[in-house]
Amino acid sequence: MTFAQGAFGLAGLLLLLGGLSGLLLPTTARRFLTNLLTAIGAGAACVGAIRVFTSNEPLSIVANNVLPFGQAVFEIDELSAFFMLVIGVVAIPAAIYAVGYTKHGLSSRTTQAMFPVFVLSMLLVVSAASMATFLICWELMAITSLVLVVTEHRHRDARSAGIWYAAMTHFGFLAILVGFAILSMHAPLDTFGVIGESSLTITPWLRSLAFLLFFVGFASKAGAVPFHVWLPRAHAEAPSHVSALMSGAMVKMGIYGIVRVCWDLMGLGSRWWYMVILAVGIVSAIFGILHAMASHDLKRLLAYSTSENIGLILIALGAAGIYKVGKSDALAAFAVAAALLHVLNHAVFKGLLFLSAGSVLFATHNRNLDQLGGLAKRMPFTMLTFAIGAMAISAIPPLNGFASEWLMLQSLFQGIPSDSAYRNVLFPLALGAMALAGGLVAATFVKALGTGFLALPRSESAAEATEVGGFMKIGQLLLAITCVVLGFGASFLSGLLTRTVASLRGLYDIEPINHHHAWMQLPGSSTRLSTLVIGAVLIGAVILTIVVLRLLRSPAKARVAPTWACGRELQTPRMEYTSTSYAEPLRRVFANVLRPDSDISVDRRNESQYFVQSVHYYLDLRDVIERRFYTPLLTFARKWGELGRQLQNGSIHRYLAYIMVALLCVLVIAR
Amino acid sequence: MSISGIALALSQAALLLALSPFVIGVIRQVRARAEGRQGAGIRQPWRDIRKLLRKERIRPVYASWIFHAAPMVLFITSIVVATIIPSITTRSAANGSADFLAVVFLLLAGTIFLALAGLDAGSAFGGMGSSREMTIAALAEPTLLLAILAVSARAQTSGLGEIVKAGIDHPSMLIAPASLLALGALAIVTLAENGRIPVDNPATHLELTMVHEAMTLEHSGRDLALIELASYMRLVFYLTLIANLFVPWGVATTLSPAAIGIGIVALLGKLVVLAAVLSMVEVLLAKLRLFRIPELLAGSFVLSFLAVTVSSFLA
Repeated sequence: MTFAQGAFGLAGLLLLLGGLSGLLLPTTARRFLTNLLTAIGAGAACVGAIRVFTSNEPLSIVANNVLPFGQAVFEIDELSAFFMLVIGVVAIPAAIYAVGYTKHGLSSRTTQAMFPVFVLSMLLVVSAASMATFLICWELMAITSLVLVVTEHRHRDARSAGIWYAAMTHFGFLAILVGFAILSMHAPLDTFGVIGESSLTITPWLRSLAFLLFFVGFASKAGAVPFHVWLPRAHAEAPSHVSALMSGAMVKMGIYGIVRVCWDLMGLGSRWWYMVILAVGIVSAIFGILHAMASHDLKRLLAYSTSENIGLILIALGAAGIYKVGKSDALAAFAVAAALLHVLNHAVFKGLLFLSAGSVLFATHNRNLDQLGGLAKRMPFTMLTFAIGAMAISAIPPLNGFASEWLMLQSLFQGIPSDSAYRNVLFPLALGAMALAGGLVAATFVKALGTGFLALPRSESAAEATEVGGFMKIGQLLLAITCVVLGFGASFLSGLLTRTVASLRGLYDIEPINHHHAWMQLPGSSTRLSTLVIGAVLIGAVILTIVVLRLLRSPAKARVAPTWACGRELQTPRMEYTSTSYAEPLRRVFANVLRPDSDISVDRRNESQYFVQSVHYYLDLRDVIERRFYTPLLTFARKWGELGRQLQNGSIHRYLAYIMVALLCVLVIAR
Repeated sequence: MSISGIALALSQAALLLALSPFVIGVIRQVRARAEGRQGAGIRQPWRDIRKLLRKERIRPVYASWIFHAAPMVLFITSIVVATIIPSITTRSAANGSADFLAVVFLLLAGTIFLALAGLDAGSAFGGMGSSREMTIAALAEPTLLLAILAVSARAQTSGLGEIVKAGIDHPSMLIAPASLLALGALAIVTLAENGRIPVDNPATHLELTMVHEAMTLEHSGRDLALIELASYMRLVFYLTLIANLFVPWGVATTLSPAAIGIGIVALLGKLVVLAAVLSMVEVLLAKLRLFRIPELLAGSFVLSFLAVTVSSFLA
């Protein structure tokens, strides 16, 4: 048994052991042991994944008689190993965090036991190499995450989130199943390699149909608009460490599916396929961030922001496909590398943001940004980690978000100007969308950080918050350090990305990013970036400024004084901006997209028209796609369901008549 | 990353730092004379900075560490951008490590921290300025990126030094339709991002007309000095970009002392001319209503989008 095989075996064993300990042990022991076993198991999987990169041996495990049909085939190549690293980098801190987070009311046996099984199922999905194995592991991942989402099933919102999530994930599963059925029609239930070879003989329009089905299924798991409606509900209602893992790792399984199946397995398709991916990416990016901007629930904001980042990744993948069709292989590899780096970076900073939001929720029991505030003094550590996450997601140099944002923007830049008219119009649109999304992300996270943490607390729950305990701090600290390290050392990841991209079909032997130690250089261009140098210069500038100010003898001690308010003495939280008011200008600008429903009614006193007694303000910002598309669809389905219910009226004579008619039909048809 | 390259980068930064208050002084002086006033002289902004550096620092009682960190972040990101932008030479060392995307995101970093500091004091003014500033910054981002992309088509790279050099080598590209459209878009973005009329009034202290001033209301002493210096430098960055991307003659492409001297003189001349033009624009236009600003920015986005598509079809 090789080292890698041993590492993966150990990982699987530890995760299963964690699940068992979650079922069997008493409460406190359960909390510690299950989550620590999860962390160590995920760590072992990461070690195995790194080993796959450093050695050159692809890994393959075939197990007979495990599955009801066919063998269970697992194959771990560079792409699987990369996604295992993505899963591990979120799972380890989330598991450590969970030791502290699940202290009050979240440590039931089911919740604790499902967590390691969820991590295991995701690791299995990225290593599955046959149709049956993949589908079964996918369903396992869906079920374990569903159980975790409805942890707080006593709340109506959590139950409703569970139902939406269950319905949409199975809708996606159905699409993927039919897609596989079409693709593997000459080689049913076989391994990916054989399916890939045999699918080259299928008629083009059937391949396109399979691609659309796969894309719909995987995009719904990834949370791309318009299949994203489960995401804000599920990620908001799940416990925060589960939300971190779902947003950081599980939606990336959708991206893994698109890269593995639609690129690696199916090979090159028509250009319109990739234009569809690009278009969905653009719509997801803009729609997601607008709803995040308009949201006052902290975890819904983060969930919609995940949708936006998935949109950015899809834009890069679509651009890669368009480049490949246009025979620019180097640019295609570069775009895929950019998308993969953003997959990793997003997992890190979104995990960090969710864990920090979880700490806020743990301390204040309140997710509503309009009622938070004043946490900078009461929870300084959480505020610092949330600030690092917010800076990373806004793509501020030298943190990790900047490196992947730079790569994605460059991958689009390099394609203009070109000979293809499609590219010349589509890519500037995509660039404009990415830039707008970038600006809106900055505004959204200034809102979240500013109204959630700064100034005075707006409610009693925020005024009585205390900083969280040790394990939760360690989880947040790990991810914060990872953000900074991946930011400064972004160019050192080029080797990893090169190996991963080079394993994909059609991109073998291409070096997407030339790297010389601390610099990333684009192939065929003189553009270079070094986040390390930028970071070093920033630090140098800080030191220089402090020294010069000291030399100029500028007074450094600050006198504390009340906030200037035009002579008014009292300062209350009512005078601060809330998150809803902060977002109002952008809500007004984008009213046609968000379509808010608002109403103001003013009660005046009887004595005089000019004295106001009370003002009622109503604002409805439900997701437009949910309101205009899903709700009518569900109403339609319910109407037909109720019609069908009339067939079942309880009369046994009618049921006997049904049986006779069915029997007659079978006798006639099967004659 | 040679010694001369690093020295050039640092001297570019120092020069821009020293020049920016004078450029603001020119803007204010031209405006004063146009309005029939005496004006305070072009050295007044430096006198203001010197005065502020000697004053006491005050912190609002409910503010956190962000309040003191924001001016520092704003200032150091401005200094780093000053090393990257090709003001006197295209051969700065920074061109090997950062391009205009780094410039855009560094400037955004400063804006973000200033907006956070506006929320930190817990006053309504700060929240209002912060909210409006982030709205304008978010809507101006796509225009800025696409406008510079349109201009970068002539050099096939996003490094600012190379784009300026390509302008010197192929002057016919400077009057191409793409270039002129990009100039229009960049001009509007300059006014929006730096809070000049018609987007914001830098001389006002009324809440109806404040965006940038509202966020910085609570700062004093060296914090306010750093914020003011940084905002002067940011305006000069945009003016330098417009000058060197569209009228690049005079920028040093070699490292000889003569070329650098010509570069400095050319920069001074271009900045004075642009400052006077900006000042006359401010005198002649009135400030837009706040909710008309997104329309203006949308128009500038259309200009920059046209610039990019035209550059690929006509170039």
